[in-house]
Amino acid sequence: MKQSWLILGASSAMARAFGRAVAEQGADVFLAGRDAGDLQRGAADCVLRGAGKAEYVPFDARKPAGFAAICERLALQDGMLNVAVFVGSMPEQSAVDADPALLDPTVQDCFTGPTRFLHEFAPLMEARGGGTVVGVGSVAGDRGRYSNYVYGSAKAGFATYLSGLRNRLTRSGGHVVTVKPGFVDTAMTWGLPGLFLVASPDDVARDILKAVAKRKNTIYTPFFWRWIMLIIRHVPEAIFKKMSF
Amino acid sequence: MRWKTDEYSGWGRVLRATGERARPEKTNALKAILREGGLPAIGNLRSYGDAALNSGGRAVDMTRLDRLLAFDPETGILEAEAGVTIGEILRLFLPKGWIPAVMPGTGFATLGGCIGHDVHGKNHHVAGSFGQHVTRIDLLGTNGRVRRITPEGNPDLFRATIGGMGQTGIILSAAIRMIPATSPLMDLRESRIDTLAEFIAMLDASTATYCVGWIDATAKGATLGRGILEEAEIGSHGQMPKAPRHKSVPFNAPGFLLSSPVVRAFNHLYFRRVPVGGRRLDRAMADFFFPLDKVHDWNRLYGKSGFHQFQCVLPEAPAREALAKMLEQIARSRLASPLAVLKKLGPGRGGMMSFPMEGFTLAVDFPNRPASAGLIRELGDIAADAGGRIYLAKDALASAATIAGMYDEREAFAAAANAVDPAHALETDLTRRLKLRDAT
Ligand SMILES: Cc1cc2nc3c(=O)[nH]c(=O)nc-3n(C[C@H](O)[C@H](O)[C@H](O)COP(=O)(O)OP(=O)(O)OC[C@H]3O[C@@H](n4cnc5c(N)ncnc54)[C@H](O)[C@@H]3O)c2cc1C
Ligand SMILES: NC(=O)c1ccc[n+]([C@@H]2O[C@H](COP(=O)([O-])OP(=O)(O)OC[C@H]3O[C@@H](n4cnc5c(N)ncnc54)[C@H](OP(=O)(O)O)[C@@H]3O)[C@@H](O)[C@H]2O)c1
Repeated sequence: MKQSWLILGASSAMARAFGRAVAEQGADVFLAGRDAGDLQRGAADCVLRGAGKAEYVPFDARKPAGFAAICERLALQDGMLNVAVFVGSMPEQSAVDADPALLDPTVQDCFTGPTRFLHEFAPLMEARGGGTVVGVGSVAGDRGRYSNYVYGSAKAGFATYLSGLRNRLTRSGGHVVTVKPGFVDTAMTWGLPGLFLVASPDDVARDILKAVAKRKNTIYTPFFWRWIMLIIRHVPEAIFKKMSF
Repeated sequence: MRWKTDEYSGWGRVLRATGERARPEKTNALKAILREGGLPAIGNLRSYGDAALNSGGRAVDMTRLDRLLAFDPETGILEAEAGVTIGEILRLFLPKGWIPAVMPGTGFATLGGCIGHDVHGKNHHVAGSFGQHVTRIDLLGTNGRVRRITPEGNPDLFRATIGGMGQTGIILSAAIRMIPATSPLMDLRESRIDTLAEFIAMLDASTATYCVGWIDATAKGATLGRGILEEAEIGSHGQMPKAPRHKSVPFNAPGFLLSSPVVRAFNHLYFRRVPVGGRRLDRAMADFFFPLDKVHDWNRLYGKSGFHQFQCVLPEAPAREALAKMLEQIARSRLASPLAVLKKLGPGRGGMMSFPMEGFTLAVDFPNRPASAGLIRELGDIAADAGGRIYLAKDALASAATIAGMYDEREAFAAAANAVDPAHALETDLTRRLKLRDAT
């Protein structure tokens, strides 16, 4: 059956790697984001790599008024509809501390924008009786840390939403994969100090694709972050609250 | 844009730079960087020396601007962003029946890097250099404006950009002519060669499209110049081989690994791998063109002090004598590694600073030991005396005076680069070391 993938936040390097991977499988690809010129080049790239077709669709997580047009476009597609969400923004915690107004856009980009969209889109998937949602959260959402808890809490909200959406879409044959990357070598982390065990966007895309095929619920990528986060989640709060990483 | 400040190096890891690098993932991000000032572009850092280094300054890493933009199956012309690698182009287009007309010995080189050094492949004697198959370049000037340049419309700027080591601007994207490939396999013939004279005669006589020689740089006396000649054509049948699994060298190797007895033993076995009467075999294209890419980060085999590659080209007439002299000195030095290549080049070159000239090219790797620099300088002198050239993509040691005598269009190149980059914002450690941009 024909597969269509709508990719939100398609200008991210992780999203580009994922879009290329599904293009090579012959899917139709819709690149959603804010930078029209860039995503049109991305669409050309996907076609040359084997996508049935590839198009740019305008998407701004902070402007829900534009969501309906995307749903209408995708409704014209035959076959299975799938969505992968890579949208997110991560201001420095210190910047948010200095200007609390930065909290709102962070939550919009990481949580409320994408979830509002998914809520509008879910009925389309239910009507087709299948399809997969990939939601990219973060290990940062597993516990609120001193150095990154605004971003972390937005990602935690997103993960909770995805778990509920999974529960809902399962009933109509659909599926939701929650992806929790550790450090990935992208524009978001380029030049940041203190990174370790950094994965490439291609590695992450490969892991996501495997998880989609095997209908996994939640994956950590690379896999060892599951064990790292298991430990971090189990540090007693009395100790954790004094840590500052 | 966030900048990353750290130490980085070319493939040989001898010369290093500390400076700020940006790595834009979108064209708009690159343009925003340029508003802070001009800076040189770098690719995948597969040049060995300092061509892609800018100590104390800034550089822009182009590897994430790597999209394929258009392909015309009528003409075989592919347009792509500069950061895409040659290996990726081969991987994606071979199943469609097309391959780049020219490919260097590593698939990790980017399109921008292949233009920047006007690289040559195993088919140089018939196909010419990489730049001769570039039909158009989108060049981002230090002023932030994009110019579309072609060989016909902008002959000087085009010839200064091909092989121009980034000195005329940032290559955003380029169009290259691809050639049809009827099979994913190469039809390869390997022959043992016992002497240098035989090697030269065989290279001269070969009618193969792809032709390259491995030479045992530890051999001396009667066996001086022995090696294996590889002649190949694109096959006419066969299935796509499965994508290979890559291995990688996880850490720096200890020094004894490339000590003289080990290398001699290795070369001895490698030579005898091919039966006396030669042999024919099918080889997957990527394995034939990029034999070393199967092991990632193999440059770590040379330990943390790194290594040099010496590569020169010699005009045909004096080549025989000069090569014998070089090989004798190399064997005597006991510094050679197993990696040594002898090949015939044709006259094809695409730019003012292009390396190729009609004749023979020798490339040999040497670990970075105290005696290596002296040996490489002596080899450079022999090349200079013979009217040859040193390849700047590989060099870390030459002097400005030596190079000036080898590249006869250097002044025209400097004039063209200085016209578009009067502030010298695009200079790199290489262009400063070799004074490539000096007016006279
Ligand atoms: C194993 C191995 C085998 C090789 N075999 C061959 C061979 O057979 N033939 C051959 O000719 N070479 C060969 N080379 C050399 C290699 O092909 C060249 O050094 C090539 O330039 C490397 O490309 P890169 O993307 O790594 O560029 P870099 O090394 O990062 O940069 C090289 C130069 O190109 C410039 N540049 C890079 N991108 C841009 C851009 N977008 N815009 C403007 N300027 C740019 C840089 O400023 C620099 O001057 C080999 C190298 C290795 C490691
Ligand atoms: N890099 C890591 O180490 C890491 C680790 C864990 C999780 N993640 C998550 O992985 C995802 C991809 O991130 P990345 O590392 O590839 O970084 P990135 O390049 O910054 O990607 C973020 C993406 O979100 C888009 N975006 C942000 N705000 C938007 C908005 N209001 N409307 C529409 N699009 C918006 C960006 O588009 P523009 O190009 O238009 O800005 C970009 O495509 C993010 O959700 C991130 O939180 C990253």
